Amino acid sequence: MILRDFDYVAPTGLEEAVEFLAKHNGRARPLSGGTDLIDHVQTGRLEPDLIIDVKKIAELNVLEIGDSGLRLGAAVPCYEIYNHQEISTRYAALADSCRIIGGIQIQSRASVGGNICNSGPAADTTPSVIALGGVCVISGPNGTREVPSEEFCTGPGRNVLQPSELLVEFRFPPRPANSGSHYRRFIPRNEMDIAVVGVGAAVELAEDGERILSARLALGAVAPTPLRVPAAEEALAGQPTNDETLANAAKAAQQAISPITDMRGTAEYRIHLTEVLTRRVLQAAIARARGDSTDYKPGH
Amino acid sequence: MSTIEKPAYKVIGTRPVRHDGADKVTGVAKYGADVSLTGLIQAAMLRSPHAHALIKSIDTSAAETLPGVRAVVTSADMPEQGDRFVDLGEGGTIMSHLSSNVLAREKVLYKGHAVAAVAADSIHIAREAVQLIKVQYEPLPPVLDVREAMRDEAPVLNDDVRTQMLGAADPDEAEDQPTNVAKKFLFEKGDVEQGFAEAHVVVEREFTTATVHQGYIEPHNATAQWHADGKVTIWTSTQGAFTVRQQTAELLMIPASDVKVIPMEIGGGFGGKIAVYLQPVATLLSRKSGRPVKLIMDRAAVFEATGPTPGTYIRAKIGVTKDGKITAGEAYLAYEAGAYPGSPVSCGCMCIFGCYDIPHARVEGYDVCVNKPRTSAYRAPGSTNAAFAAETIVDEICCQLNIDAAEFRLKNAAQEGTRRVDGPVYSRIGMVETVAAIQASDHYQSPLEGSHRGRGIASGFWFNVGLKSAVTAMVNADGTVSLVEGSTDIGGTRTSLAMQLAETLGINAEQVKPTVADTDGIGWNDVTGGSRVTFATGIAVVEAAKDIQRQLLQRAATLWNCDRESVRYEDGKIAGPDQNVITFAEMAGKMLQTGGAIVGQGVCSDVAQSGAFGTHCVDVEVDPETGKVQILRYTIAQDAGTAIHPSYVEGQMQGGVVQGIGWALNEEYWYDDQGEMRNSTFLDYRIPTCYDVPMIETIIVEVPDPNHPYGVRGVGEVPICPPPAAIANAIYQAIGVRMQHLPMSPPHVMAEILRLSSAGNGRA
Amino acid sequence: MAKKRIVTTKINGEEVSFLCEPRQTLLEVLRDTLDMTGTKEGCSNGNCGACTVIMNGRPIDSCLVLGVEAEGANLRTIEGVAHGAQMDEVQQAFLEGAALQCGICTPGFIVQAEALLEENPDPSEEEIRFYLAGNLCRCTGYDKIVRAVQAAAAARQTAEA
Repeated sequence: MILRDFDYVAPTGLEEAVEFLAKHNGRARPLSGGTDLIDHVQTGRLEPDLIIDVKKIAELNVLEIGDSGLRLGAAVPCYEIYNHQEISTRYAALADSCRIIGGIQIQSRASVGGNICNSGPAADTTPSVIALGGVCVISGPNGTREVPSEEFCTGPGRNVLQPSELLVEFRFPPRPANSGSHYRRFIPRNEMDIAVVGVGAAVELAEDGERILSARLALGAVAPTPLRVPAAEEALAGQPTNDETLANAAKAAQQAISPITDMRGTAEYRIHLTEVLTRRVLQAAIARARGDSTDYKPGH
Repeated sequence: MSTIEKPAYKVIGTRPVRHDGADKVTGVAKYGADVSLTGLIQAAMLRSPHAHALIKSIDTSAAETLPGVRAVVTSADMPEQGDRFVDLGEGGTIMSHLSSNVLAREKVLYKGHAVAAVAADSIHIAREAVQLIKVQYEPLPPVLDVREAMRDEAPVLNDDVRTQMLGAADPDEAEDQPTNVAKKFLFEKGDVEQGFAEAHVVVEREFTTATVHQGYIEPHNATAQWHADGKVTIWTSTQGAFTVRQQTAELLMIPASDVKVIPMEIGGGFGGKIAVYLQPVATLLSRKSGRPVKLIMDRAAVFEATGPTPGTYIRAKIGVTKDGKITAGEAYLAYEAGAYPGSPVSCGCMCIFGCYDIPHARVEGYDVCVNKPRTSAYRAPGSTNAAFAAETIVDEICCQLNIDAAEFRLKNAAQEGTRRVDGPVYSRIGMVETVAAIQASDHYQSPLEGSHRGRGIASGFWFNVGLKSAVTAMVNADGTVSLVEGSTDIGGTRTSLAMQLAETLGINAEQVKPTVADTDGIGWNDVTGGSRVTFATGIAVVEAAKDIQRQLLQRAATLWNCDRESVRYEDGKIAGPDQNVITFAEMAGKMLQTGGAIVGQGVCSDVAQSGAFGTHCVDVEVDPETGKVQILRYTIAQDAGTAIHPSYVEGQMQGGVVQGIGWALNEEYWYDDQGEMRNSTFLDYRIPTCYDVPMIETIIVEVPDPNHPYGVRGVGEVPICPPPAAIANAIYQAIGVRMQHLPMSPPHVMAEILRLSSAGNGRA
Repeated sequence: MAKKRIVTTKINGEEVSFLCEPRQTLLEVLRDTLDMTGTKEGCSNGNCGACTVIMNGRPIDSCLVLGVEAEGANLRTIEGVAHGAQMDEVQQAFLEGAALQCGICTPGFIVQAEALLEENPDPSEEEIRFYLAGNLCRCTGYDKIVRAVQAAAAARQTAEA
């Protein structure tokens, strides 16, 4: 039961949406899946005067994959992403994330754009977006700008968007040969929980599969925002794909985080899990880069 | 599996489709929140943001003048109860406590405690109005831990509470000053000093368990209509229409006969929908506004302001000879009552050693107020916590003595003639049979392979109750019977009752049409709870069937012009002299010409059940790096006496097991340091999902209860008793860690793994 | 107060128009405005699935969708699962398999199962459990629900064979 009395529009054009945002100067919120926004308005965490339904805007629904990479509209719902054969193969971490958010009903509606704009520290898709090198394309009254996804969130519930700006799409670079990615989170049950710790990783291996050329690693739920960990990436670059390398990266990840104690986990437990999960996620990303299967079972 | 030569039943033991099923799978069945009435208005509650505070003043003026608001009520609208103490069905209740819980008087005692309510033209206006009510609070320090609350320095919640000394507790020990310790229980058997002296192995352990909620999916609801003649009708989802009527009447001090309660379909209760929360408030709002009022709880209020089951502290000790015979048992149980006295600690005391024949025992129990919502029953209330303690100690003893866990239980099992620590002597019970069933099961006999995997078993006990039921059964001319009963149907009892009627009359289950009536439509029925309906209402049903038989026999005797003694009822037919035979349906067809309607009645009053036992077996896998526990396989063996409808018996078993799994692994009330519950959503109060559990294998053991005509034993509650202990025992086998706290959530298990490995004696 | 909107949508194959405020959820509209109380409210924040309906072919939590978003959409609720008076395989399987006790979660589960079998007519136990993870049941322990979905899948395959 929503108490807040707001108005609702559903523009079909991007410019129109931006105009609405500008006119209401922070008192309007864009709506795509609504699985976070509607809850926030119900509980009083957000109090918009106007809700702008962006699902009818073509630019936010783009879904194109090719040699130049992946363009993912901000409003594309999760289920379309993991049901897309090519995305699931080449940008596997993104599909991993989308497949475990909140249950099937939530995945029918929730979007990757909405997830990053909600800017929760424990967002499930943002570590994957960061690991895959996603860039956020933002539209405003003064035109378009791009922000690397790891810089988009600035604090719990906060991001770089100005009041009149709208996230339009993500652009991902093409995946190199011998690359693989994975996202996994730790939760107390097997589904339906918010991540206690989440890890997204993408690795590029040498052709023989025995050495890591480069890697990107991002963590969720262990800092005020989803966190890219350059120190861990450096510990992986150029290194052999052995246990020692993974252990070093996992330790670097542990050192980079500043988790809190809340009802989903203690700081100590999160620090412990970061090491465990980083190792496991890297192992799976490496396996996929080699074309091997993993024993990954969502939630377990 | 039956332990005796079972009669060849025609209906009992079959699996007909339940009578209310079609409406429930098509969305037609009406639950409490589905009620709609002409002129209906909506209501919302104002609840305390503080865990403990004085109410200095309540100003409702701004709310009352908001356009669209029809009525506002506070505790000022409820009559003073003084020191009234009323038996409301499951024991006596201090009425002032119940009243203050419904609408707070001088103090609020937990976050979420109801303070005021508003009825308005729309739910949105009602909620806006609630926000306009100004309450002046003076916050007080809260106490949330049961042991903390027992200390002399603890903040006291209720000035009127003095420790009551019960059982064998010494009355002279009681102090005449306000305290949080509302009750002390003491039960003794034999001489524990002597008993422990005879033991070769003694294990003593301490346990803590977190507050846990029944987790029913349907929030509480009540719709009330105050009529122009001063009577009130209440539509509500409840486990007992009659107790709602009585509680509402007593709280508002109006005649019970002026209150009609219409029980709608109910979306789960498990003991949590017996006490009233909304019904009196909706009634007051309707009286004040002159309109019917609907009041529904939101999910957060369900967690914060209804009746969870206590968190506990338990210390238990068991001594055994080197051959594994128990010589003594001792236990100390402290249970949270929540805001007002009334935890099930006495039940915990009675159950903790209830599975065993122990010559010497001493059990002490404390009912302690804390700044949490007033606790309610949750499926075998008090027994699960006690079983967690006793059954893990038993397991530890078995490991120390290298005795098979099932063998140990067989050796020490309570049997007919065993005296429980609180006094009663068991009649025919099935503890041994359930252990034997597990021992012989495919699960127990199969090897468990793989690392970090372990198997555990545990047993549990619950009394079950009898109490009172009444039914009416009307014969229809087409040979069907309309069965009217007053036990609200939570899990398929309409059908198990119809089946008992059908069996007795020799007709099919489909020929019986069961209905749950309102309080004006049937005689007194105690709650649907205590695992009593199939048993006690069943007894009433069988009586009603026999009453019908007697009337049919009388009609036949008249029809055939013979002696009443020469006609008999068998196999759905009435037979008389000269080869006269007439079927039930044929006789029903002649009903109106032979004297009019045939209505049978049956009443059951306080027939005791002999008790329910279950033994469970579980395989788990533990991730040694995260502490997360997966349930691999689960088997439950339970004594159902006689399973009327095996599918619904299995359903009770499986449902109780999965609740127990949630209790064991993840469920808990999480409080911040202001004493406010923070996880009052299904997101962070983590009940098992479909993806968290495997199939639950069921073994129905049948040791008929001699007190029921068909041998029925209540099955609803005991399945929740063993799971946490069974899982703890399995975790020990998997990774060598003994868990002594519930929930055994990943951080807790991980902490134990790390503690053990740093101490150098883990098997991680 | 924001003006009420007229929303036109299709529910269970029939065109329906209703008036609602922007702040009213689809669940509220179904239950309170349209009197379609088969869809239940358990938590109001997308964690229990009791409010599941199918929208444009996808199962969704109607407590997290605004009524106004239903404009032009194709909705299927529990009231539209049976073919007239004829219950379908999923409903039959729930009845025969005793896959309900209190029944409050049942409409949500049935609708979710319908969506599952549309997408995956022959799901494994694991797939069933994963797909139904967003529907909470407190009474049954899920065993008979999963078996009912398996039975319904088999019955439907036989019928179509």
